[in-house]
Amino acid sequence: MHLKYESTLREPLVDGVKDYHQVTEDIISPIEAKPGKLWYVGFFISLMLLAFGAFSVTWEVYYGTGVWNLNKTIGWGWDITNFVWWVGIGHAGTLISAILLLFRQGWRTGVNRAAEAMTIFAVMCAGQFPIFHMGRVWMAFFVLPYPNTRGPLWVNFNSPLLWDVFAISTYFTVSLLFWYSGLLPDFATVRDRAKTKLRKLLYGVASFGWTGSTKHWQRHEALSLVLAGLSTPLVLSVHTIVSFDFATSVIPGWHTTIFPPYFVAGAIFSGFAMVQTLLIIVRKILGLEDYITLGHMEAMNKVIVLTGSVVGCAYLTELFMAWYAAVPYEFATFYKYRAAGPLGWSYWIMMTCNVISPQVFWFSKMRRNVAVTFVMSIIVNIGMWFERFVIICTSLYRDYLPSSWSYYRPSWPEVGFYMGTFGLFFTCFFLFAKYFPVIAVAEIKSVLKTSGESFKKDMEQYEQQSAEEFEAGLHHDDDHHHDAHGAVAHAHHN
Amino acid sequence: MAVKNFVVASFSDEAVLFPAVKKVRTAGYKLHDVYTPFPVHGLDHAMGLRETSLHTAGFIYGITGTTTALSCMSWVFNSDWPMNIGGKPHFPLPAFIPITFELTVLFSAVGMVLTFCYLCQLAPFVKKHIFNPRQTDDKFVMVIEVTAKTNAEELKRFLVSAGGEDVNEQRVESGWWFGRFDREDRLFETKVEAVNA
Repeated sequence: MHLKYESTLREPLVDGVKDYHQVTEDIISPIEAKPGKLWYVGFFISLMLLAFGAFSVTWEVYYGTGVWNLNKTIGWGWDITNFVWWVGIGHAGTLISAILLLFRQGWRTGVNRAAEAMTIFAVMCAGQFPIFHMGRVWMAFFVLPYPNTRGPLWVNFNSPLLWDVFAISTYFTVSLLFWYSGLLPDFATVRDRAKTKLRKLLYGVASFGWTGSTKHWQRHEALSLVLAGLSTPLVLSVHTIVSFDFATSVIPGWHTTIFPPYFVAGAIFSGFAMVQTLLIIVRKILGLEDYITLGHMEAMNKVIVLTGSVVGCAYLTELFMAWYAAVPYEFATFYKYRAAGPLGWSYWIMMTCNVISPQVFWFSKMRRNVAVTFVMSIIVNIGMWFERFVIICTSLYRDYLPSSWSYYRPSWPEVGFYMGTFGLFFTCFFLFAKYFPVIAVAEIKSVLKTSGESFKKDMEQYEQQSAEEFEAGLHHDDDHHHDAHGAVAHAHHN
Repeated sequence: MAVKNFVVASFSDEAVLFPAVKKVRTAGYKLHDVYTPFPVHGLDHAMGLRETSLHTAGFIYGITGTTTALSCMSWVFNSDWPMNIGGKPHFPLPAFIPITFELTVLFSAVGMVLTFCYLCQLAPFVKKHIFNPRQTDDKFVMVIEVTAKTNAEELKRFLVSAGGEDVNEQRVESGWWFGRFDREDRLFETKVEAVNA
């Protein structure tokens, strides 16, 4: 029953003439078909990257973190840069699934499933870096506060690095639960239309025996809403805590109160760019252009230009404060070693990619152009990688003691580790795109009759009517609830 | 677990389903459930279901997380191993906030999901009877229990007149059991019935 009435002026969320069954067909049939050649090629490349990553990490574990080009001045390099970059990417998924749910943004239904999957895979990639940066990775469990035989010697609850352990693991767990609880009904859909025994068995197990009972849906809705309410402050807290890793230190360039909002905006910025990169490919390969429409891309591009500008403001604020505060070390970090100096090139890549280039999205034509969006999404991700590199490395490579100054470039195990996380991410994403419903089927169905193109067309005639004509029409066929008019009539009665 | 008789009717349109639910309830039939492919807003009220208290459970789990985090951290820092960390106080409340918040969210989310699965009896390898395989696709499937007082034939005619399609009677297991969806349903007769037979 659609008590919500949406004007035809609003762009439809689902294009084309579709009924509920057609929605199921469109989204589920790629799971049942054999994957195309491109899928195998992509999956193979991802596996190769993953294997190379595993080799690089094994090398690092065997010989120690000394194989990375870190030294006593630059204690954090590519590893922590990549950690922050991947965590940031994850944030868009939670933003789409949680914050946009609370704000009742209907367009999230087309993209939330894939974005949440991206979150989970990105957080998995992110977690690798701090764990292997520990060096003696077999001692990684020391970060957990458990009663131990070393005293018991507890972890330091005052340390932002420990807050990170709690933040990232909570974030991963909650995102996974949120994602999987949304998948249950869709797995049941795959199960009930499965033709082969194996598929019926596997999706039967994965669906937990979901039936679609009204009571279960009622609880499911309550669960989704509360999980969204919990995830919203959670996602903000996660990148805030990541920024505390820097902000609570006394390094010039890190010790600043602007970091939490600046990091969160940057995270959403890079995350939306990654969602665009992935979804532009997915919609093309799986033929889902009717569900992930230009309207969806435009909405996300608006978020990109907004958050990009927030990030740009933060860069300028930092520069201003570095001058205005009149602290010579702060001034030197920003004006001599960040915007200039041997690593100055990275600062200008960051500025160009994050602040200048996203301004093209002020134009609607650019926001709705698939090619421009795709190229921009990659530029933004490069820019955001450099943002973390700039924050970490340009603050460290020239410290208080000029004799310890050095340049920093990564060694092959560092690059290999990073490539390996791409392998992990895309291996997971290819499996997801093949075996999981990439669009939330049930959620699309629940917005179909208010926001689907064909259903909105039926509303046009009522929008042309005067109030008197509409009222007369209602009494005329009060008991016929068979067409779109019926939905309006019901809305009227309620 | 019990084997029962049900009359099953499918609907293609929510606008037909709602009046039908109303009619069935007015006529006094025992509405077992309505299975839908997506959450149909207002259907729970139309069926006379009460609101869920899952949010309350979530709140209780949340404050459990808050107290766990605060009490554990202050016990560690104040009584189990009081350590001087840079001369900072032993109860640095602002520094405890991040972990306290994370544990609040973690306890609440995990607790709610487990409670949800328990209440709905959802788990891997749990099997339930699917009255119509299209109830997870595009049909709204109304299931009415045939009790001693129900005239099944009359009920079927009644459902057809209310707009139900594909009206049929099924004798099935009404609860859940451990099973696989690629296998046939199992019928668990109650002991009383077995003795009578």
